[in-house]
Amino acid sequence: MITVLYFAWVRERTGVATEQVDTAAPTVAALVDELIAREPRYAAAFADLSAVRVAVDQVLADFDAPLAGVREVAFFPPMTGG
Amino acid sequence: MRVTVQSAPFDPAAFLAGFGAGRADVGAVVSFTGLVRDDSGQMQALEIEHYPGMTESAISAIISQAMARWALADARVIHRFGRLAVGEPIMAVATAARHRAAAFAAAEFLMDYLKSRAPFWKKEIGPAGAAWVVAKEGDEAALGRWRSEP
Repeated sequence: MITVLYFAWVRERTGVATEQVDTAAPTVAALVDELIAREPRYAAAFADLSAVRVAVDQVLADFDAPLAGVREVAFFPPMTGG
Repeated sequence: MRVTVQSAPFDPAAFLAGFGAGRADVGAVVSFTGLVRDDSGQMQALEIEHYPGMTESAISAIISQAMARWALADARVIHRFGRLAVGEPIMAVATAARHRAAAFAAAEFLMDYLKSRAPFWKKEIGPAGAAWVVAKEGDEAALGRWRSEP
């Protein structure tokens, strides 16, 4: 079970801020593929992956990052702090 | 090092109070305060979303990098989230070092990294609705110089 979080417009498209996902996906990219296959709202959120960033256990990561032992994955647009 | 992430307004003077004081190794304190700017002339508010937990750890990691690179005596960051009015302080950084060059450079480094490596997202609220602020390509490019310069 992995906790998946969504922020900003990615959250608005999925319609949820956080959810528990039962998955055996080996990588973040595989998890994204699973989510996209579920429902159109995920396909909308992940339509342009170049506009989506990912954090694994609260550290910025790449889409090919492995998920073994991971508790939390977050998806969000490029950050606009400062 | 001090990291503060809060929704409440803050006073930039209070943020700086006591910073770098009472130390013989500090010859320079530099601070920067960012305010909510309204480019369209129609903005009603700015809403900032963040990633509780990661926000604090990401900012701490950025400060640690700056402290090691410029041998800073101390550094502080405060950043707000939630709904902000035009003109209100959004965030502030402060750096303390032996000499001003290090304090200035470290403050700029902190600003550049906070813009695109700390998990905040800004949304502008106006009469026609709300729009997410899009990250500028220049923000990402600004990080490049810190990779090349010693």
